[in-house]
Amino acid sequence: MRHTPRPACSLRPRAARVSARYHRRTWSRCRSDGSPVTQTPAPGVVGVFAHVDTTVHAIRDLKARGFGRIAAYTPVPLEEVEEALTGHGLPRSPVRLFTLVGGLTGTLSGFALTIWTVLKWNLITGGKPVVSIPPFVIIAFELTILLGGLCTLLGLLVTAPLPRFRGSPRYDPRFTADRFGVEVACAPDQVRTVEEILKQAGAEEVRL
Amino acid sequence: MSAGASGTAESRSLSGGGDSTTAPTYADVNRDIIRTLEFPSNLYFGWMSFVALTLAGGIFAWILQIYYGIGMAGKRNPQMWAMYITTFVFWIGIGHAGTLISAILYLFRARWRTSIYRGSEAMTVFAVLTAGLFPVIHLGRMWLPYWLIPYPNERYLWPNFRSPLLWDVFAISTYLTISVVFFYVGLVPDIAALRDAARGLKHRIYAALALGWRGTDRQWRHYRRAYGLFAALATPLVVSVHSVVSWDFAMALVPGWHSTLFAPFFVDGAIFSGFAMVLVLLIPMRYYFNLYPYITAKHLDNMAKLILVTSLVLTYFYVCEGFVAWYSGEPIERASYLFKWVGVYAPWWWLQIFCNSVSPLVFFWRRARVHVPTLYVVSVLVLIGMWFERFNIIVPGLARGFYPYTFGSYVPTPVDSMIIIGSFAWFFILFLAFIKVLPSVSIVEVKETIPHPVRDAHARH
Repeated sequence: MRHTPRPACSLRPRAARVSARYHRRTWSRCRSDGSPVTQTPAPGVVGVFAHVDTTVHAIRDLKARGFGRIAAYTPVPLEEVEEALTGHGLPRSPVRLFTLVGGLTGTLSGFALTIWTVLKWNLITGGKPVVSIPPFVIIAFELTILLGGLCTLLGLLVTAPLPRFRGSPRYDPRFTADRFGVEVACAPDQVRTVEEILKQAGAEEVRL
Repeated sequence: MSAGASGTAESRSLSGGGDSTTAPTYADVNRDIIRTLEFPSNLYFGWMSFVALTLAGGIFAWILQIYYGIGMAGKRNPQMWAMYITTFVFWIGIGHAGTLISAILYLFRARWRTSIYRGSEAMTVFAVLTAGLFPVIHLGRMWLPYWLIPYPNERYLWPNFRSPLLWDVFAISTYLTISVVFFYVGLVPDIAALRDAARGLKHRIYAALALGWRGTDRQWRHYRRAYGLFAALATPLVVSVHSVVSWDFAMALVPGWHSTLFAPFFVDGAIFSGFAMVLVLLIPMRYYFNLYPYITAKHLDNMAKLILVTSLVLTYFYVCEGFVAWYSGEPIERASYLFKWVGVYAPWWWLQIFCNSVSPLVFFWRRARVHVPTLYVVSVLVLIGMWFERFNIIVPGLARGFYPYTFGSYVPTPVDSMIIIGSFAWFFILFLAFIKVLPSVSIVEVKETIPHPVRDAHARH
């Protein structure tokens, strides 16, 4: 949000002056020209790409030049981009550990619930044992799936991480439509280099 | 000779050549699918009002039943299940195709599922929500359904875990939960696309629903893994749910019900009717939203093939059912089976055979598989046939038991008929609301199937 310095002019209507004062107060810090300073984002650059191959190219070039903190924004999941980012095959995701733990908890709790409750409410029919495993397998199975699924969801939310409403200020709404983004976190003196690499790779647009 | 040559040339230009020129780009996909969420037409509101009025009729009938008692629904010994459980099983069955398309076809990497899976997943969720109403409607004291839930109470009373009805509670509530989670997780990246295209209040609502999704590589990596795991969990679940529903019957010693055939028989029938419902919903949707580039003849063809296969399997089960009755050597079992053929309910039995076993046979011809009116008529027939299949299991099964003194037929009453019609209205109102609020075709997955934008291909212009 770049503001052009406004002349200190008393001809402005009162409402506008009040609003300007309000803004200055809410943003708390002002530049010397009076424009509000929002939270300064971490230094970095984002390049907007129209093509998959140029995106992958940019990531490879950046990695080759030693830039490590790269994030890609893509409208669809792309294996090429993930491979370029890791430099080797597809990375593993810890979500499956959540699923495993959740599923096993479900199995155990299914058996525990059924066996404990039949022992508590001892309804003997036909002189048969009350702890009858085959029907309990069904409850245990359903709870395996239920807790496994819910823990997978939890795993996704924890690792992704979601929900996260304050993302990078360099996010562009086109990244969910038809553009790919490569965001690099870098020191302010490296911004130039990164911009060069991104443009060379074929970025349509490079922004701070 | 020349006619054949020109025919192949034409077909090549339609299939091969047509693809490169008319294949939608990423931007097209966003535009076309977000366009379906524009302010609805009068036709939409007309349908909505019609469906809402029908639903109001169903709610009124239910209020009558709650006030005057379950006898209003024609429930008399031995017909205590009748149409409510028929419709319950019917809706649970409808809810199976969605997960089959979204989970099983996902695991098999059937790429054609992408443009139809969202609609069928929504259908699953709404069908299970509709089905879930019936056990409650069917209760004499509908304000006490929580007695089914195992919770600690002062009398140390616990539900009987050896009862199939309780397995049902677990299976169906698990199925509803997992379907909703699967549906919502699939929606998140799409809602993010809607968020980025919308303004004002809409933007804020979608932003909250999208959970701040930004499509970073990190998010996609975990998302894909989680999605695959959901599919892997939902696949056995979908098979288990209808098996458990079938055990509601098969565990009982009622002639015609007590059979190990029931689980696969029900699962197959569920998938069969679910696909028919997908076609019933998607064909008008494709027409009104002009989704022809996304839901193509190939999709209809594949769906029709699946209907045909499941129909043939179902026919096999019908034959097996007769064989089991004959081979059992049990006179009552045989009498019960014969009663279906020639008894009071025989017309519905033969209607079921016609709808489920005969009418889908037209799909042996490719022309019928891509001919929209034929597809539609057969799908509606299949839905009718599958409803009557459940009816023919439940009502004639209970009508002629072991003991002639307990024989009793069932006649529908206005109240239960209206509640059943109302359940269809409830399902359609949910679906109609869905297609205007959320993308009914997956934006992300459709993009995955079309060629990715590559610079080299565009270098020419």
